[in-house]
Formats: sequence, structure tokens, C-alpha cells
Amino acid sequence: MSRETIEDYLFPALMLVIAIAAWEAYVRLAHVPSFLLPAPSEVMTTLIQDWSTLFASLLITLMTTFEALLAAMIGGVALALIFHLWRPLERAFFPFAVILQVTPVISIAPLLLVYLSSGEAVLVCAFLVAFFPILSNTALGLASADHNLIDLFELYGASSWQQLRLLRMPAALPYFLGGLRIGGGLSLVGAIVAEIAAGSAGSGSGLAYRIVESGFRLNIPRMFAALFLISITGILIFLFFTALTYMLLHRWHDSMRARER
Amino acid sequence: MRAEGGAGVTPLVTLRGVEKAFKSGTVALQNVDLDIRDGEFLSLLGPSGCGKSTVLRIVAGLTTISGGHVQWRGQPSLGFVFQEPTLAPWSDVFDNVWLPLRLNGVSRRDARAPVEEALANVGLTGFERAYPRELSGGMKMRVSIARALVLKPAVLLMDEPFAALDEITRAKLNDDLLSLRANLRTTIVFVTHSVYESVYLSTRICVMAPRPGRVVAEIAVDPSVVRDEEYRLGPYYADRAREASTALHAAMGASKCA
Repeated sequence: MSRETIEDYLFPALMLVIAIAAWEAYVRLAHVPSFLLPAPSEVMTTLIQDWSTLFASLLITLMTTFEALLAAMIGGVALALIFHLWRPLERAFFPFAVILQVTPVISIAPLLLVYLSSGEAVLVCAFLVAFFPILSNTALGLASADHNLIDLFELYGASSWQQLRLLRMPAALPYFLGGLRIGGGLSLVGAIVAEIAAGSAGSGSGLAYRIVESGFRLNIPRMFAALFLISITGILIFLFFTALTYMLLHRWHDSMRARER
Repeated sequence: MRAEGGAGVTPLVTLRGVEKAFKSGTVALQNVDLDIRDGEFLSLLGPSGCGKSTVLRIVAGLTTISGGHVQWRGQPSLGFVFQEPTLAPWSDVFDNVWLPLRLNGVSRRDARAPVEEALANVGLTGFERAYPRELSGGMKMRVSIARALVLKPAVLLMDEPFAALDEITRAKLNDDLLSLRANLRTTIVFVTHSVYESVYLSTRICVMAPRPGRVVAEIAVDPSVVRDEEYRLGPYYADRAREASTALHAAMGASKCA
């Protein structure tokens, strides 16, 4: 094993193991009651015991996140394209997008629950937070094609469709993927926030609802188990988009240069 | 007799009394008369800000003029090489050179022969699948030249193409450009701020002055003299270089700054 491999993978892994072991040791040695802080081993036991309930909730949260992200992706890219093709519309619509972005989603969630069912409200929240980064990044990407290349396309009499397809879209791809990575993480946050709001109102079925429910019942190990699954979900979303970005950009984009030493 | 420089033959492109003023009020070009003649290697030599790149962009139709006129003999047919290689980073070498054909509706399959030929002309056979990022600065510039040549244009317009390259790469590309021209007989208009580069490459040099940009001197360089290392060291080259250098200094002195 080379020195780099040890530094890159072994040390972080070791740190993680040490942290978990220290947690376990502290709980056992100080006799911390599990309704205050459960040991990692107890969290794992709970995870296995309550797997059917928790897994059902995980699927619901995952589906919501995925649907919201898909809608945000389609909506964000479509709107960015429309903005690009017709500038005045961008000026007209951008304030709305900004208002939606700067208003914290947690403050909208209770209102949405008035108008929508809890499932719908969660979906809309997750969509709202993921939509803006995808829209603004894609719009920026479409506007940032190399000026000399634009001249070249003009020189050869390219149609606007050719310019969009062969120049603007590939130039926007790295920006779009950046927006997607941010949006992916945020849509999970949006879904969780809305589920908690819905959970406080006594309805829901996602992972965050399980956290609220377990809190009411003082079932702290289950809270940790649900939290663990949410973290794993977030990590998986992040890894998925990092892999997708690498797959699409590693041949040509400068952001990938450091990877080939 | 070839038409090169011949009197009475309609030039390929004629610029008469061309003016260019920007919205800011800056006059970039004033009363520019210029002929681009068949088969010549014309250099536009001048300090930065004299509008030599603007002349090139006007000939290419990339910018409008505020006065005078530009006349092509027949349909405009040109290739353009920018100061930067300006390649699409997401496309490999083949796809970059294919671009001008593709924009004219030529399929990848039909483009294979002309693209291969253009790449062979710049010495890049075998690099079809490489991405711009994997190439050196000189190689990127070669791809850019291949792309400009793939439609076999009547005129190749080059805007300080080798300015960003190191001296050795630059000398090599200069020689390769000359042999390319000998093979293809393409007319070339070459913008540069280097006296030596212009004397080494050109058959005619137009010296431009800034503020407002205009052509102030014209130097002919005998096209029949072989351009090689011996030429670079000989008295004829030295004389032309002195002539161009003097004209350039006069041009810069004529404007208020220098």
C-alpha cells in the first residue's frame, strides 16, 4: 500500500472507527441511560429490530427526494432554456425565483400543509429548495460559452438550434451538474424539513416523521437509527452525483485535472 | 502567370474607406483601404490598439462597419484562426475539425476524408481521439488551423495565432504554415505585432498606426525568395526588417502615445 493510499483512505477510516469506539466506551463506562444517549451498538440493534418500519419510511423519503429532484431538474433546465431564448422573461420571473429561494423552506412548510396533503407538501418543499440552484447554475452555464467559439459558429452560419445544441448546452453541462449536486443534497433537506413540520402536525410516514414520532415516545435509539439512515441517504446522493459528474466530465473538464497525477 | 500582385486583376477582397467607430465613440478604424490579392501572404503589422484585429473581423463579417465598403469577388469563403486555439473542450480533435462541416450539414461519415486530410496537412494524423486538454499549446493551434482549413477556404484569416506560444514552437509553426501555404496555395491574411515574424512569412506587409487605426505603409517582400534559416540570416531579410521596423516606429510616433 502506497503512502498516498494510507493517507487518503486508511487515516480517515481509522478516525471514524476511533470516534465510534470512544462513543461506545463512554456510554458503557459512564452508564449513560439509553434515553439520553444510546450506544452505537444499541442503535444498530434498534436498526435491525425496527428495520421493516424504518425501511418503509426510508423508501418514502427517498421517493419524495427523487421525485422532487427530477421535477426540479426538468423545471430548472426548461426555465433556464426559456430564459436564455427570451431574455425579458428572465427579468420578469427572476424576482419570483429569488423570493422562493431566500424564504427559508421551514417557514413555508406549515403554510403548504394548510393547502396540501402532507405527502404533497413534502414534495413541494423538496422541489422548491432544489429548483433554484439548478435553474441559476444552468442559466449561468448557458451564458458562459467561449465568445470566440460563438463567433466561430456565427462565421459558419450556425442556426440558433445548432448553437444551443453544439455549443451552449455542452458549455453549460459542468454548471448544470454543479447545480444538480447542490440540489440533490438540498432536496433531501427540504423533504426532511417538511416531514418534520408534517410530523409535528401528527401525520406523515417518512424518515423524519419517524424521528419526531420516536421523540414523542422517548425512543432515542430509534431516533438515532432514523438519523443514521438519513445520513446514509445524503451520502449516497452525494456519491451518486459525484460519480455522474466524473463520468461525464473526466475526459475534458479542468475540474477533473487533479485526478490524473 | 499567376495573378499574385498583378495589376488590373480584381482582388479577392477589397476594402475602401472603411471606418469603424464603437458605441463609446472610440474610432477604431479610419479610412482603411486594403486589397487582399489571390495567393498572397499579407501581414497586418502594428502596435496593440491599431485595429488590425478589427480589420480581420470586418473581412470575416464578424463585426459591422460604420463607413466605407467591403467587397468580395464572389462568395466569401474564409477560415478563421483566433489568438487562442478556441477549441471545444468537450469534443475530441476529430469532432473539433468536423465542426465547420457539421454546421453545413455534413455527416460524420462523409466528414472523415476531409477531416483526415486537414489533420494530415497540419501533421496531426493519429490524434483524432485526443481531447484538447491532452494536447500541447502548439498542437492545439494546429487543430485550430486544421479546423479553419477543412472547408478549403479561399482566404485564411489568422489573428496573432502564435503570440502565446514559446519561441521554438512558434518558429516550427511558422515553417509549417509556409509549407502548408505552398501545398494548398491558400491566400493568408496574418495579424501580428512581430516585425520578424511578418518579414519571415509575408509577401506583403501593411503597417498600421493606432488612434485612429489606419494603414500607413506597405512593404513588399519578394515571394520568390525561399524562406529558411539562411533567409533569416541574410541581408535581404535584414533590410526588409529594418524597413518594417522604421515604418512601425514612425507609425507609433505619429500617434500621441508610443
